[in-house]
Amino acid sequence: MAVPHSEPRSSEHGSGFIDKYVFSVDHKVIGLQYFFTSCFFLIVGFAMIMLLRWQLAFPGQPLPLIGRLLPMTWAPDGILMPEFYNQLGAMHGTIMVFLGIVPLGVGAFGNYILPLQIGAPDMAFPRLNMMSYWLYLPGGMLMLLSFVLPGGAAQSGWTSYAPLAIVNPGQTVWLLAMVVIITSSLLGAVNFIVTTLNMRAAGLTLGRLPIFVWAQLVTAILLLLAFPPLEAAAVLQLMDRIAGTSFYLPAGLVVAGESLKVAGGGQPLLWQHLFWFLAHPEVYVLILPSMGIVAEIIANGTRKPIFGYTEIVASMIFIGAMSFIVWAHHMFLSGMSPRLSNFFLVTTMIISVPSVAVLTCLVWSLKGGSIRFTTPMLFSLAFLPLFGIGGLTGLPLGLTVTDIYLHDTYYVIGHFHYVVVTGTIIALMGGTYYWFPKWFGKQLNDFWGKIHFWGTAICMNGIFFPMFIQGLAGVQRRLYDPTAQLHNLSTQPLNVVSSVSAWLLFLFQIPFLVNIVYTIFKGKRCEENPWRATTLEWACASPPPHGNFERPPRVYRGPYEYSTPRAREDWTPQHVPS
Amino acid sequence: MTTPAAAPYPSEHVPTTGIPNGKLGVWLFLASEVMLFATLFTTYIVLRMAAPSWPAGWEVLNVPLATLNTVVLITSSVTMVLAYAKACERDRAGFYRMIGLTIALGFAFLVVKAFEYGAKFHHGHFPSTDIFYAVYFTMTGLHGLHVIGGIGFNVYLALWAREHWEHPLFIGRVEYGGLYWHFVDIVWIFLFPGLYLL
Amino acid sequence: MKGNYGWGLPVAASTFAGPIDFGIKLIHAAMFAIFILWAIFFAYLLLRYRRREGRSAQAGYESPLKSLIPDFFVLVFEIALIVFYAIPNWHRIKIAGPSPDTALVVELVAEQFAWNFQYPGPDGKFGRRDVQFIEPANPIGLDPQDPAGKDDITTVNELHVPLGKPTILNMSSKDVIHSFFVPEFRVKQDIVPGMKISLWFEPTLAGRFEIGCAQLCGVAHSMMRGDAYVHTPSEYEAWLKAQSGQAPATTAANAATGNSNGSSTF
Repeated sequence: MAVPHSEPRSSEHGSGFIDKYVFSVDHKVIGLQYFFTSCFFLIVGFAMIMLLRWQLAFPGQPLPLIGRLLPMTWAPDGILMPEFYNQLGAMHGTIMVFLGIVPLGVGAFGNYILPLQIGAPDMAFPRLNMMSYWLYLPGGMLMLLSFVLPGGAAQSGWTSYAPLAIVNPGQTVWLLAMVVIITSSLLGAVNFIVTTLNMRAAGLTLGRLPIFVWAQLVTAILLLLAFPPLEAAAVLQLMDRIAGTSFYLPAGLVVAGESLKVAGGGQPLLWQHLFWFLAHPEVYVLILPSMGIVAEIIANGTRKPIFGYTEIVASMIFIGAMSFIVWAHHMFLSGMSPRLSNFFLVTTMIISVPSVAVLTCLVWSLKGGSIRFTTPMLFSLAFLPLFGIGGLTGLPLGLTVTDIYLHDTYYVIGHFHYVVVTGTIIALMGGTYYWFPKWFGKQLNDFWGKIHFWGTAICMNGIFFPMFIQGLAGVQRRLYDPTAQLHNLSTQPLNVVSSVSAWLLFLFQIPFLVNIVYTIFKGKRCEENPWRATTLEWACASPPPHGNFERPPRVYRGPYEYSTPRAREDWTPQHVPS
Repeated sequence: MTTPAAAPYPSEHVPTTGIPNGKLGVWLFLASEVMLFATLFTTYIVLRMAAPSWPAGWEVLNVPLATLNTVVLITSSVTMVLAYAKACERDRAGFYRMIGLTIALGFAFLVVKAFEYGAKFHHGHFPSTDIFYAVYFTMTGLHGLHVIGGIGFNVYLALWAREHWEHPLFIGRVEYGGLYWHFVDIVWIFLFPGLYLL
Repeated sequence: MKGNYGWGLPVAASTFAGPIDFGIKLIHAAMFAIFILWAIFFAYLLLRYRRREGRSAQAGYESPLKSLIPDFFVLVFEIALIVFYAIPNWHRIKIAGPSPDTALVVELVAEQFAWNFQYPGPDGKFGRRDVQFIEPANPIGLDPQDPAGKDDITTVNELHVPLGKPTILNMSSKDVIHSFFVPEFRVKQDIVPGMKISLWFEPTLAGRFEIGCAQLCGVAHSMMRGDAYVHTPSEYEAWLKAQSGQAPATTAANAATGNSNGSSTF
């Protein structure tokens, strides 16, 4: 491996194990730390929902095998307690969104790939980058730890609606952990924006940025501006819990027969407004990096330029801006003035248009291509119809009148899981296969990758498609025992279908995990640029040395110059002079 | 927090936008801080508009003390600017004097604030007393935390100057510290009339 | 009443079912059509442009504006939905409503984990309620001194309404947010503590329907259910008469025991 030019300058890059792998300031090490940590949290969040889904499929029956291993306070005789069920539900959402997907899409992929794609030696603020990770990890651990602390984990849903969240046990630790995680995200967002704007290689104008970089930039701006309101909201809820204030509590509440001794004067709906002001942009924080990943892989896998680069980028920026004024479409039935709903109805319909545009451009990109069905490509192709289902089913939810019936039913769960799981997670898995050679210089096994793909895609649909049918039958969310209400009985068999699919989905992740571990330790080295890709991350060694590029790269063209007429090869890298 | 310690390369990388990384970073950080305090002010407005009655700030809060604090903070902003000017002029003693004054004024603000809080507690007014005091303590408390953060950064600048007076990033850092300190000041300029006078 | 539910929408039992079901069906038909057309095109692209020996990708762009064609249709469809469907129907259902003079008005007090209904009784006036009077035997805190409340009828988890007449529910909550949901009526509305929120519906079918809570409200959220009985007008009068015979306190006491039983299971 060539000794990079920049090595001598990196006086702070120690050679000891601790400096190199634990408190590293290298964006690549931090990226991999994020990768493995967020995968851990994804597995934990998934394990929680697998437990929870037992109760949904077979309410009140003891959990086989592991049921007896759970503490009595969680599941006496293997039967899940309703408190524990609610804890699992709340923590599943929190962990998957804030500790799993965002850190994977932004912390891992963004951290590792973005500086490489812009030809930078590192992030703009390497130490700040390290600090982001070292806030994220303890924040996440605190969140997990809350299960064994007195009061248990939060059990008021990941949305933590007041007053329930204020009177329920377990919420304080959730809030503290959230403040830590939010701070971590804010530091990361500042870093990403400055890096993208300021650290670009010579010749890499904004119009030549890969779509993935654009996606990360818009995401970082959303995080930067949407997270502080949630931080403020969390501080206020924390005050309500520990200082006895009543920001979210009106006077005269009687909880469980006891009059609540608070001054009152607060408003429960204020929390919802502040929460969704973050949480709607958060949806795009979840989805934009995945769109970026899919765009990269599709351009590479079709061997042709991405269709409508400008449209995609403009759409992403437009989505980002609009996402700040759609939040109350989560609140049509919240008791907010129904006249306000019409405004949010219109903005919601407007924001669907650029999403359709991005999807259309990605599909159109296939036309005239020479499509390789590699594993990352399979995941990216599956993203298109499945994310499409997620988007389409948002329509009856975003429309005020039909939302009256579908709001807070399984239809909602189906909708956003199609977006976030069969959309985002599928794309992140594809991204893992695509960039794994960059991270480790070794390629994941293709055969097992395809097994993983088909199993995953089919099982995910098995989990989430039945939810639309349940939602149309009126099954509400977050029911400990769905069979306690008559109108849920007819679709109860579908809960079994979903649950069995979820457990099967877990089995199909085993080849993936084994594949990763095996390849890291036993895999054979592959070529430096196995996908014959044009973007800058492939202009350095795989894995890149500290400092990334031997000498600062220079960019001569746009990101997707595949199959250019009269070119010798069907790919012309960005950094090769013509 | 606003400006991370020396990174291996960025100091040598010419920023694509022409704005130094640190400066851009601080402005972005301040943008997120604006969102944080904007949320708190919005909350205040919403709660106040919905409240059947709201005490007049000047009757229940100590306006003379708050006015004194306003003067203290504005003066500290001036000394902060002077500290930056001294750093630019490479007047080391002057820089120490001015940054020291800024730190001292920051502490003075906190001491006055502590007296104000103490008097409130003494009279049995706590955040839980009513929604007005909840807003008052939460907003001034969070602002106070920001003042502490600003003092911390200024102390760091004063200490860092001892060995890094000639460091190429030194003047920039003083500037970033100043930006942050002015922001803390501006938040108070909104808080003072918002809570005490309206 | 189990026959009301299957794999599709439940039996329609209120005037809202017309517009809401129409919207749900229309949108799903459109979604289905869009998805099928789109999937055929997608499959065609995958097949037609799969990698083959001797044929390379065409780098040339078609006009990127082509991508805006589906956008255009989506936009037209959505504008039509907003203007001709969503805004007028939303106005009818959630903003405008029947006058209290022509409707049955019932007060609903939600709590963990029960629905308390209060009827004004023969005098047509609701008794005053206050938090300070809340006790197990008086879950809604009816003022014992208020003469208007002497004849009030209170029920727990049972809503009785007549057919052919709109019902207005004035809803409030004692503790946390609940959401009043009757699938057959296609009504749903969050009930927020500290707020008084109204909801109305007009039943079109006699029978017994299910009230569910649609907002997570605590450990027994799934047990928080009730029944909505729609009676013919004469049956409804008979029910009212039978209820008025009882002293409200007894009803409340029964209700309270029923309620505490319900909570103690969890």
